[in-house]
Amino acid sequence: MSDPSVDLLKTPLNAAHRALKARMVDFGGWDMPVQYSGIIDEHNTVRTAAGLFDVSHMGEIEIKGPEALSLVNYVSTNNAAKLAIGQVHYAGLLYDHGGFVDDILVHKVADDSYFLCVNASNQDKDFEHIAAQNRWDCTVENAGPRYAQIAVQGPKALATLQKLTKTELSPIKYYWFTDGEVSGDWARIARTGYTGEDGFEIYVDPSLAEKRWNELMAAGEEFGIKPAGLGARNTLRMESGMALYGHEIDASISPLEAGLQWIVKFDKGDFLGRARLEEQKAAGLTRKLIGFEMCGRGIGRDGYEVRVAGAPAGWVTSGGPSPTLNKNIGMCYLPLDKAVPGTSIEVMVRNAPVEAVTIPIPFYKRAK
Amino acid sequence: MNYPETFRYTKEHEWVSVDGDTGTIGITDHAQNELGDIVYVDLPKVGAVIETGKSLGSVESVKAVSDIYAPVSGEVLEINTHLAEAPEKLNEDPHGDAWLVKIRLSNPGAVSGLLSAEEYQAFIGG
Repeated sequence: MSDPSVDLLKTPLNAAHRALKARMVDFGGWDMPVQYSGIIDEHNTVRTAAGLFDVSHMGEIEIKGPEALSLVNYVSTNNAAKLAIGQVHYAGLLYDHGGFVDDILVHKVADDSYFLCVNASNQDKDFEHIAAQNRWDCTVENAGPRYAQIAVQGPKALATLQKLTKTELSPIKYYWFTDGEVSGDWARIARTGYTGEDGFEIYVDPSLAEKRWNELMAAGEEFGIKPAGLGARNTLRMESGMALYGHEIDASISPLEAGLQWIVKFDKGDFLGRARLEEQKAAGLTRKLIGFEMCGRGIGRDGYEVRVAGAPAGWVTSGGPSPTLNKNIGMCYLPLDKAVPGTSIEVMVRNAPVEAVTIPIPFYKRAK
Repeated sequence: MNYPETFRYTKEHEWVSVDGDTGTIGITDHAQNELGDIVYVDLPKVGAVIETGKSLGSVESVKAVSDIYAPVSGEVLEINTHLAEAPEKLNEDPHGDAWLVKIRLSNPGAVSGLLSAEEYQAFIGG
């Protein structure tokens, strides 16, 4: 139960959500829209047209200074030395024991300036974690309050946003960004997202967020744009097999177990968690993340036990209906030898075993 | 949505309608609205005995699973099998075609202890 005496944090778009009659929920201390027209409708709109998401609750951390790269590369698993100016990559922020502090997007703004997008409820923890490692000549700023973030996602995202900016969007490649303008005001425009669709995440001044939101809604009207909430954000990212902190990843899970070995660059020099990950790699993993599809009636939900041949074997990290595939899907951790596609498993749905089968992640990939 | 005067309601958002010693049980319009898109309904078997305040099944929306609590006790006479194929009916007609179960009431008088339509609407409004 949420304590009504606790004031929830609000994004600059809070009034806009209420005007749209969104259903609001307490999301990690933030008063956020979970849905507007309905999760399935919003989900399908993002897959076929365009959806608009308020992601202003996400945190931003800026690392600047001549040795910024050294700090970024020490606290994260990916190799920021490989980033070009204007490029973005996904990375893990790890504890020394190899578990996740958070998962982050690293934007290289300049040789001496990196911009990190981090999870809303982790931003203070992330900032303290990074600042505590700062033995280099850099400044670390918890810059969340200086940015509002809006994501426009879907096949019509580019056409929608292009109407509002002279910045040429087509040349921006996936996982690249540019500092340009939207409606004449500064905006960081990143071709990134959490839906599996083409789209952009734009960072703007919070005082302009509501104006930008309304302009995007108007610009996308001809394409059938709709606002989309956290509910659709979750079903979209789940179909795309993207990890969610607190579900697929957390302090007890390493990137190798989560199937994120591609963001761990052992050839870049030392980084936090490296020793533990090397040990884990040498010893061999014991568990791994895998997708599943329900065969029997019932939906596997987060936290449900997974059994193999009647014996407890793992747990569901995320699960629910897939509106695109029209199946009940999920992700779960299983012992390595069971975490192979085609394995028969049972998901314990309210204490009754329901048949399911493991399948590869992602469940959905857009045609390019 | 109209909350029928002849129904009785619970604070857990179920309704019951009584005809003789048969009770029809459903979830309220408020409940379906809070749940959002309903994708699955799990109901008891015919012949099962359900007890007041205990879970008789569950309703799943895209986002979450919620228990349905029996507003009154009795033996299940019939379940709404249409909901297996079309759970979204619960979003469309929760007080009508999308009833959940019919039971033989073990104590028809117990229904009078539940909320009236007016009391329930005051409860969800407040």
